[in-house]
Order: sequence, then structure tokens, then C-alpha cells
Amino acid sequence: FINWDRKMFCPQCNTAAEARTTTLNEELGQVEYIFSDKTGTLTQNIMSFSKCSINGHAYDILVVLGNCELDFSSFNPLADPDFCYYDNGLLKSVKLGDLHSHEFFRLLSLCHTVMSEEKKEGELMYKAQSPDEGALVTAARNFGFVFRSRTPGTVTVTELGRPVTYTLLAILDFNNIRKRMSVIGIHMHAYALTQARTHLDIQQTHTHAHQTHLDVLLGATAIEDKLQEGVPETIAILSLANIKIWVLTGDKQETAVNIGYSCKMLTGDMTEVFIISGNTVLSVREELRYSNYLLFLPLSIYLSLPPSIYQDSISGEFALVINGHSLAHALEADMEGEFVSTACVCRAVICCRVTPLQKALVVELIKKHKKAVTLAIGDGANDVSMIKTAHIGVGISGQEGIQAVLASDYSFSQFRFLQRLLLVHGRWSYLRMCRFLCYFFYKNFAFTMVHFWFGFFCGFSAQTVYDQYFITLYNIVYTSLPVLAMGIFDQDVPEQRSLEYPKLYEPGQLNLLFNKREFFICITQGIYTSVVLFFLPYAILSHGTQGTGEPLADYQTFAVTTATALVIVVSVQIALDTGYWTAINHFFVWGSVGSFFTIMLAMHSQILFSIFPNQFHFVGSAQSTLVQPLVWLTIVLATVICIVPVLAFRFLKLDLKPQLSDTVRYTQLVRQKTRKPVGRCMGGGRLGARGGSRRSGYAFAHQEGFGELITSGKNMRLSSLALANFASRHSSSWIDTLRKKKHSNTHPPQRPGEKPHSNSTTVVQT
Amino acid sequence: MKEELETANRPDNTAFTQQRLPAWQPMLSAGIVIPGFVLIGLAFIGIGVALFIASQNITVLEKDYTGVEITSDCYKCSNPSDKNCTCKLDFSLSNLFEGPVFFYYGLSNYFQSQRSYGVSKDDYQLSGDLDYFKTPISACSPYQYDANQNPIVPCGSLANSMFNDTFKLYQIVNGTKKLVPFDGKGIAWWTDYNIKYRNPSVTPLKNAFNGTVKPPFWSKPAYELDTSDPSNNGFVNQDFLVWMRRAALPDFRKLYRRITEGDYASGLPAGNYSLEIGYNYPVLSFGGRKKVVFSNVSWMGGKNQFLGIAYLVVGSLCVVMSTVMLIVYAKFKFPEDD
Repeated sequence: FINWDRKMFCPQCNTAAEARTTTLNEELGQVEYIFSDKTGTLTQNIMSFSKCSINGHAYDILVVLGNCELDFSSFNPLADPDFCYYDNGLLKSVKLGDLHSHEFFRLLSLCHTVMSEEKKEGELMYKAQSPDEGALVTAARNFGFVFRSRTPGTVTVTELGRPVTYTLLAILDFNNIRKRMSVIGIHMHAYALTQARTHLDIQQTHTHAHQTHLDVLLGATAIEDKLQEGVPETIAILSLANIKIWVLTGDKQETAVNIGYSCKMLTGDMTEVFIISGNTVLSVREELRYSNYLLFLPLSIYLSLPPSIYQDSISGEFALVINGHSLAHALEADMEGEFVSTACVCRAVICCRVTPLQKALVVELIKKHKKAVTLAIGDGANDVSMIKTAHIGVGISGQEGIQAVLASDYSFSQFRFLQRLLLVHGRWSYLRMCRFLCYFFYKNFAFTMVHFWFGFFCGFSAQTVYDQYFITLYNIVYTSLPVLAMGIFDQDVPEQRSLEYPKLYEPGQLNLLFNKREFFICITQGIYTSVVLFFLPYAILSHGTQGTGEPLADYQTFAVTTATALVIVVSVQIALDTGYWTAINHFFVWGSVGSFFTIMLAMHSQILFSIFPNQFHFVGSAQSTLVQPLVWLTIVLATVICIVPVLAFRFLKLDLKPQLSDTVRYTQLVRQKTRKPVGRCMGGGRLGARGGSRRSGYAFAHQEGFGELITSGKNMRLSSLALANFASRHSSSWIDTLRKKKHSNTHPPQRPGEKPHSNSTTVVQT
Repeated sequence: MKEELETANRPDNTAFTQQRLPAWQPMLSAGIVIPGFVLIGLAFIGIGVALFIASQNITVLEKDYTGVEITSDCYKCSNPSDKNCTCKLDFSLSNLFEGPVFFYYGLSNYFQSQRSYGVSKDDYQLSGDLDYFKTPISACSPYQYDANQNPIVPCGSLANSMFNDTFKLYQIVNGTKKLVPFDGKGIAWWTDYNIKYRNPSVTPLKNAFNGTVKPPFWSKPAYELDTSDPSNNGFVNQDFLVWMRRAALPDFRKLYRRITEGDYASGLPAGNYSLEIGYNYPVLSFGGRKKVVFSNVSWMGGKNQFLGIAYLVVGSLCVVMSTVMLIVYAKFKFPEDD
């Protein structure tokens, strides 16, 4: 299903999501820590030239999305048609022959290591070592300084239509220490392109600025590496789902922090951002201690309590930024505990300047100390170690090749798909797996334990209660398909709801749906069922007789009665467990019961016996047993006794201690009811035409999709936080919040003036 | 070209792949559960009352004749070395025992459901296959061949241990004994009599058993089980069939005869009765008990207090649960839509 999900398909890159493993799906529902790479994962890794400053004159981008206002091709036939730039002033100054501009772009077109490929005249392809270099060269190309080709000793540039060949004397490549690249060539002085990366935060875009020197500072360029679509929203939703996101990046600290801000991982209203950048063991320790001290200061009165208690109760939002050197020290044996405890109370952790090995070490650390399911996501070869270490590795099939994808368990092309992978697919998979397992244990215990009770009455001789063919077919035919259908199709809340209420993800992290307690409950239920299934026929049939006076307590009648009751009880039970009845579920459940009767009557038929007299001992049993009213009374009674307590228990639990998912389902139901009349008023024939039992919300909800989420990000976040807070309190109060939310969502057309988030503010106040 | 490529990789937009199959999502809402419980409860109480009344109208008379107590007339027969012992069991009925009356023998602590005991028979042999008369299947062992390597027919423990006590019921009228006629026809399952067990198609039946020996515990060979009715012999003898349909539980009873004929067609009139027992079957060695049971039936079979009571209890519990749920629901309910 993950592979098939259209909403995880990226039309630009033409790749669908791919699950490369089938065994980890349920773990997707339990992730607590995400380790993310930055470049190419959070950001698109597609650089674009966005700003420049030449000789002190700044040329800004006019943010006009959608159409390119400047027609480069008119003055430069070699311009890249995909290039968009919105400042006419710069183009004018180039056309007017401004010396500084010319020098600036000449430099850009020369000082790089880009290879060009010209398939035919006017169609240039650039192959850049790094994407930002490519962006600069492309910019220069569009402003008339077209880099055409290079040989080992020369560079050919078309300067405003005039081909010029420069002889290269030396190339001093860019490295992190010099932070500049130099090209020395004849025709000009030595060029030195200094790439002191400073970072500008322009809304949600991350920007590298490149300063360009030519003996004197010629100008500065700004290149932006756009964040991928929907990254801040995804991170916000995931952190609401109580998933901690750590960014492990090779970038510099400032870059990483800026990315953190633009992803909304770090926010201005955070209480404190700890930055740990010490170079020695001692200073790192000092800084860790200090942050610990700050963290626990408001709680110092509780200090007598063990750390595990107050760790969870820390108020305020903290963030931790740590760089590679410090991390190396923090990961040493004596300090890692301290590091983990500090890092885990912080809402966001950013590690910068980390090596691939350190990435893996950090993941290993969390695995070791927190026993939580970890997920690593990355796109480059440097993320491979991290991806392999984490429980779940996700590869982004982006710009940096496919090493990460090959090492990963899941792959897709955009970071934002992660929320769908976790909150929708992960949650469902976990839910399905849990229900599947529970039911499986239940039905097999109900089946097998009957033999244990029968043991007391057959001298512990391993006599089976059932017909041998029933035993063979029970797990294969009679009860397998309904539970399989449930394991495949079940959903408790529809996908848009699980994205809307990220708190729904929490049961998975806490492993609430399948733990020792749940397992024990399943087993107990199975044993209870087996007791009923054995002792009820025992009590009723032992002295029961047919209408003709023949006793019913013979072994074969007993076997048929118990088997029939068993199949009916477990079928009713799966019907109760199934929360999402598709046509396939119906078919499987009814089909299983039907096949049971068909096969049993066939097995007990005279025809088969006449062919194999030694194989079919039960000849005639089903036929004579199933016409007895007493047998049916027994089966009905057994079914009711087995099912009624479960039903009552679930109903009371729903009323007394509802889970968030139950509440969401309930609101869904109410919404559906209220929508129906609204739909009719509005003349929505489409809604009216759908059957009452169908979920009429589908068409709507499907179209809403992410758009609503993104635009009303604030609303969603507040209300679901409020929901989560209130869920733990008295039921009626959070029901009110739900109602209000429901109203605000149900009747938007009727209250056009009211903004959604104003509504949820009242929610919080209540 | 690009678009073509794109559509090729794009997942299919079907309801199945996108998990948007139309579905019915039931919720345990109060509107369904509580009335449902009340309905089930009331229905069960109704059925329970009917069952209970029906069961009350059934008369059962149960008499142990193992002969453990010295006062019992059968005490003298309880020594297994005593062959062909007869004892009698006297009882009196104060009012009419309504007919048709069914006469059962019952055994306790007798594990017919024991596995190796249950499989110790040869279905081929019992369906009249003469090949298996000469070589019974090994499951019959140790009752497969006798000491002289003659095949035992019918082989196996199950057949060998066939119940062989005999009963004759007399009504004491003015000091003289009047035999109550027993009807032994059709006491076995129709499929057993007509399909599962077949005599070999050899006449006379005796010839088919040439070269075989009877089971060691039997006093008569299979073809002489019922001397009064030649068609009730061999593997289709009704008593044999009743025995071969093994009981599931160690405390069981099996139909012996029906009392449907003559003066007793409408039941056993009030009076004194004497049951003459041919005591052959040893049970004391394994701590078993033997008893006879007289019973009549209703539409729901024999006497079964438990079923009626169980229905009544479950029905009442359902009603009680529904009240509890109603209270809980009223207190913590989801708000109704306004």
C-alpha cells in the first residue's frame, strides 16, 4: 500500500514511494526518534541564484511567483530557459555595460569547476560538482557571460555574444579551510572567489551567500537552497505526534541553526537554546552541566526525586545544538548518559559538523539508552551508516544518488512524505498488526484449550475434540481470511484524521496496543472462550437426548457442536474487531462461515464415506447433529456467553475511558450525520446519492488533503494539543472542545467571516 | 514522452490501492448496544422459561445396580468370577410414567473417549470388506488376532468391550409378573445402520465369519447377537451400533430399548415393577458404576434443567448489563447533536 500511495508520489521526480522491506511496517507506528540529514532531505538541494550585490548596489528578487518576467532569450540566445530572475535593474546594468557588473559575471563564469556539455549549438548542459556552483554559473550565463567549454588549460566564455578564451594558470579548489576558490588566468588578475558562507533567513528559504572578491570586493551573491515543500509542517506535525526530531548534518553550526529556525524546529519563543561547541572534554562537560542546571532549575525543589520523574515534567521548550567536536567528547563513555538525558528533554536537537560515523553513533546511543524505535532519514552516501544503524532507514531518492536508497528500508522523494509514512501508513500498519496478532492468539487459544479441558474427560489420551479435518482446515480455511482481511484493510480513523490529530500516533510509541497486558487479555479471552465452548456443551449434551430418545452425548455429536460453536464465536469476534468493513471483509467473514458448513456437510456425506470408509469416520454426524434444536440452543447460548461480556466491556470502556481514536471516530460519525442535511441544503446531489452507511466524507476530505492542513497549521496544532490535554481530564470537557471543533469544521460555509483559528483559541480557553 | 513516463510510474488510482474502498464503520453506539442487550436478554428469558417448563414436565427415573451396597440384590453378582448371575431391581411408580418411555443403561467413570480405545476398530472390516476379516488393521491390537493367530471379527477394544448386561422389565400385577415389551428397533443412528456399518453380502451370514474368532469377551459370535431376529445380527445389530457410537464423556448413558408397545404405549402405569438383570458386565475393577434410566422426552429432548436455567441467567444478566450500561451512558455519554 505504501508503494501504491498516490499521495506519496512526486510528480517532479517521477518516483513513487517504495517499501523495500516488508517486515518493518508495524514499527513505523512506534517511532519515537527521527534522525534527519539536512541537505537534500530537509532541503531540496536545488540551488538557485536569488540575490546579488554588486559594488554595494543590492539587486533583490521581486517575489513574483509563477511567471518569469524577464525575457533573457531576447538578448541572449544561450540563456537557460528554466532560469527565473526578477530584477530588471540588474539586467539593465549589464546591458548598459556597467564595468562592475561585467567583472562580476565574468568572474562567476570563470571561477568554478563546472564541466559543460554542448550537444548542439545553443543547448548547454552544465555538470557541477556542487549544486551551488552550478547555480552561479547558470546565473552568469543568463546575464550574458556564457561559459561554453573548457580544456585542461583554457576556458572559453562567450561574453555578451563575443567568444573569449582564457588560459588557466592554476585552479585553487574550494576547501573548507581557505573558504575560497581561486582561478588564475591570463587576461586578468588573480581571481579569488571567497565563499564565506553566511546565512540569511528569508522566510522559509535557506540561503547561502557567496561573497565574491576580485582583489577588491566585487559583489556578493546569494544562493538559496529551498526547503522542500511542506517540511516545516511535517516537522510540526511529527513533533506534535511526540516524535523527537534530531537533525544530524555536516554543515556548519550557523547553517544548521538557521535551518532549524526555518523548519520551525527552533522557534523564537523557545526558553533556551543551548549551544555546545567546546573543543575539549572539560569545556563540553561544563556546557552540558550548565544546560542541565538550567533545565532542572525550575524543578530544583524536586531534586530529591529520581531524575526519571522530573525529566518528563520539564516545562518550557529547550533546544540543544551541538557541534561535531563537542559531540565526539559527549559520546565518550562517561559523558554519554549525561548527554542523552539532556538531549532527550530538549524539543529539538541539532548536531552539526558530524561525520557519517558520528551520525551512526548518535543513533546507536539513543537505541541503547532509550530503547525506542528510531528512524533515520537521509539522501546521501554519508547518511548510509545512520540509515543502517537505525531500526528503520528511510532513503530520499533525491539529487545525491541512490546509495541511501539502497541502504534503506523505505524510500521516497520528498521529506514531507515522512508524515504520511509514519502517521498514516505506520499507524495503520501498527494497528493492523496488533489487532491481527491479538486475534490470532485469541482464536488459537479458543481452539486449542478446548482440548485441554477435554483431556480431563478422555483420560489425557490426546484424543482430539474435533474431527481431524476440522483441525486441519480451521486455521487455513475457516478463520484465516477474515483476519487477513482485517490485517490488510482495517483502519480505525481515516487518513486525513490521523494527520489532523497527530496525538493519535502516541499509542504506538507507548506500545499500548500490543504489550504484555494486551497479550494477557487476548489469552484470557481465548481461554474463557474455550471454557465456555467446552463446558457448555458438556453440561447441556451430557444428558441431552434427541427427540427420538437417542443420547446426544456421543463423541461425534459433541465434536460437531463444539466445532460449529467455535467457528461461529470466532467469526462474531472478528466481526466485532473489524472496524472497517469493506466488501472484501464481508465476503471473507460470511464466506468462512459458509465454507465451514459446506465443507463439514461434504466431509460427513455418504458419498465420501463410500469411497474412503477408513478416512471419514464422521459420516452423517453433521447431518444428524445440526437438525437438533438442542444443539442450536447450545451454540446460540455459547456465542452469547462468549460475546456479550466482550461487547459490554468494550462499550463501557468506550464510555468511561475513551481513546482519542474512538473520539475521533465518533466525531466523524456525528459529522457525517450533520453533513447530510447540509449537503442537501446546498444541493449536493453527490452526497445525497451515497448510501447512508457509506462514509460520505470521502470525496470532500480527499480533496482537502494537505492544503487545509498547511493553511490552517496553527489551528490544527492548537486544537489537537488542546484535545490531547483534555483527553486526560474529565470526559465532558474535552467533548465540548470536540464539539466546537466539529462545528467550526462542519459549517465553514455558513460562517465565512470567522477564521478557523479564532475558534480554536476559545477551545484552549475552555 | 515525459508525461508517458510519469504515468507509467504513478501508482494506480483505484479505491483498492489508495485504501479508499467504500466501507462500513460500525461503532458500538448506545443506540445499538443497549437495545440489543435488552432484546437478547428478553429473548433468552423467554426461551429459558419455555425450556425450563418443558424440562420440568419430563420424568426421569434413575437406578444404580452396580451392587456396591450389601443391601442391594445385585451385590451377589458384583464378583466378576460369578458368571451368568441374575439379580433384580424392584421399584414402584406412584403415578403414570408418561410414554413413550425410553430405557437407558448408564456407565460412569468409563472413558470411551480414550483415544487409543476409540481408534481400536477396523472401519473396512465393519463396512463388510471381507479382506479385512482375514487381516484386521493393526489399530485393533491387542484384539487383532487371538493366541492362535486367528483374526478377531469384529476386532479391536471398542467392539470387544461391548456392553452385555441384559434387562427384562416386569410389572407386578396382583402378585404375578407381567412382561413389559421392549422395542429394540431403530435405537441406533440411521447413518450407522444404513451406511457406516455393513455386513458382508454372504448368506448365510455365518459363512462370512469362517476362519475368524469372536472377540474374547463376547459370549456369542457377531452373527448370533440376536437369535430372535436374523436381520439384527452381525455389524448391524442395534445394540452393537449403539455401543460403537462412543460417548464423549466418561459419564454416559446409551439407549437400550423403547417402551412403545402393547399396554405400555402410553407409558408405565402406576404400580410395582421388577427389573431382571443379567449381570455380566464388570465395572467395579475400574471403579465404574452401572445404572438404568427410564425417561421420556419433550420437544427439546430429555430432561435438561441446566439449559433452561442457563438461558434464564444469561438473559437476566443481559438485561442487568443493559441497565448498567444505560446508567453509565447517561452519566458519561457523548453529547447528542443539537
